[in-house]
Amino acid sequence: MSQTIEDIQNEIAEEFSMLDGDMEMTIGYIMELGDQLDPLDESQMTEDNIVKGCQSKVWLDAQEENGKIFFKADSNTAITKGLVSILVRILSGRTAKEIVDADLFFIDKIGLNRFIGTQRSNGLGAMMKQMKIYGLAYSS
Amino acid sequence: MSDTSVVSTSIDIEAVRKEFPILHQNVNGKPLIYFDNAATNQKPKRVIKALSDHYELDNANIHRGIHTLAERSTAAFEDTRKAVQQFINANEAEEVIFTKGTTESINLVASTYGRKFIEAGDEIIISGLEHHSNIVPWQMLAEEKGAKIRVIPVLDNGNLDLEEFEHILSEKTKVVAINHASNSFGTINPIGEIITKAHNYGAIVMIDGAQGAAHLEIDVRKLNADFYAFGSHKMYGPTGVGILYGKRSLLEKMPPYQGGGEMIKEVSFEKTTYNDIPYKFEAGTPNIADVNALKAAIEFINELGKNNIASYEEELIAYATAQIKKIDGVQIFGDNDKKVAVLSFAIEGIHHFDLGMWMDAKGVAVRTGHHCTQPLMERFGIEGTTRASFSVYNTKEEVDIFIEALKDIKKKFS
Repeated sequence: MSQTIEDIQNEIAEEFSMLDGDMEMTIGYIMELGDQLDPLDESQMTEDNIVKGCQSKVWLDAQEENGKIFFKADSNTAITKGLVSILVRILSGRTAKEIVDADLFFIDKIGLNRFIGTQRSNGLGAMMKQMKIYGLAYSS
Repeated sequence: MSDTSVVSTSIDIEAVRKEFPILHQNVNGKPLIYFDNAATNQKPKRVIKALSDHYELDNANIHRGIHTLAERSTAAFEDTRKAVQQFINANEAEEVIFTKGTTESINLVASTYGRKFIEAGDEIIISGLEHHSNIVPWQMLAEEKGAKIRVIPVLDNGNLDLEEFEHILSEKTKVVAINHASNSFGTINPIGEIITKAHNYGAIVMIDGAQGAAHLEIDVRKLNADFYAFGSHKMYGPTGVGILYGKRSLLEKMPPYQGGGEMIKEVSFEKTTYNDIPYKFEAGTPNIADVNALKAAIEFINELGKNNIASYEEELIAYATAQIKKIDGVQIFGDNDKKVAVLSFAIEGIHHFDLGMWMDAKGVAVRTGHHCTQPLMERFGIEGTTRASFSVYNTKEEVDIFIEALKDIKKKFS
């Protein structure tokens, strides 16, 4: 993968900047991104893979291959699915060290704080934490 | 758009809306439509002013100060108590206890009356419509005492199964704890009838009136309620203030809730004697400013007239219900005529979280999720609903915008 985690985040920020901060367009775009996410197999939608938010459910599966961690994810809500697809795009296929060290600045940069919120409602914060935990687990 | 002449109210809604500064703003670039009133409703200017006036002019600790500010602050505090007494038609102001919220009011009864009078083998009846705050305190008590929780089931239309209530009611029943109106579905419970039946078996009845206070007539004497709990912030008043009404005869035989200042008569290291009601239950410095501002909220309600508020809100909920039913794939929970202004629903194929986020993007504040009633959600086999709840400052035009927004969001998921 030639792009760094930083490059991809900048690329995502640029895509979102075209939406001019319009909330409806932003949500619409996030949902489109979710539609493009590779679906998770039924067999991977296990209790063990659930990262639970208050209102939406996220499934996160991690597999290691040749020193890199590949994430797959899904959600029962369309918006959260779009948000997790962004995280997968940034962090999947990276080394454990890259994941642990990753500074996920895109959230601030594109004003997604609103979606991560202070209410733990969509499980995205929990998912970011879980991805880092996988990174730590595979790096030890 | 709707025909505004259909709303036949004696309330001048435009004038009312002017009293609520918060309503006049854009959210995400759209005019705010606030439909989350069952969670908390907004505050009129006079309540906001009462709060700032307290701190600008009268702030002092109450009850023991001899200086002028203490006197003013105390007088305002006790005036609010009298205003609450009249608001619920209690016999005397001493039967009104200030707490920090409805939840604390219920916990107070469970931990004092409950701890003293509930024994192993006793039964506590709650209902399937209860908020977690009227479930968990009783579960904690039951666990501690070896008592049993019995639950009145909910019918498909969101009403309580009163036949089943009569079946589970017995000499073992010591407490019946039930809400006046359901926060999740809006169902208004026949609490008068429930109280009478419970009393026939010698049980005391605790009413959770959190959703009742701003919408329904509360006459604790006519109802013969033993305890009635409600909060200020769902009735145009500040957060952080709850009320517990209790009959004097019950309050007097209950032990204190918390120890501290205010609740004592005499303290020595050998023995402490407790103050009279209501002070026995008000240990420590209370939330003086917010209590005092609650009086302005009560005046606001009284000026409009609770009946007028209720009939206006009934028109709004009836209108919103009729409109939403025209949309395919909508399921309403608690769809019956006798309800407070709560519209709880689901749309096929759209998760409530997505719906709530889209609504917010369109400037409409609704609540989504289980509404702190997980057992009720489980009863209906759902994770949650989307809930639009109305107050006196909402309008049919806002309902129209909400309905159009729903239709538009639905298209995005088709």
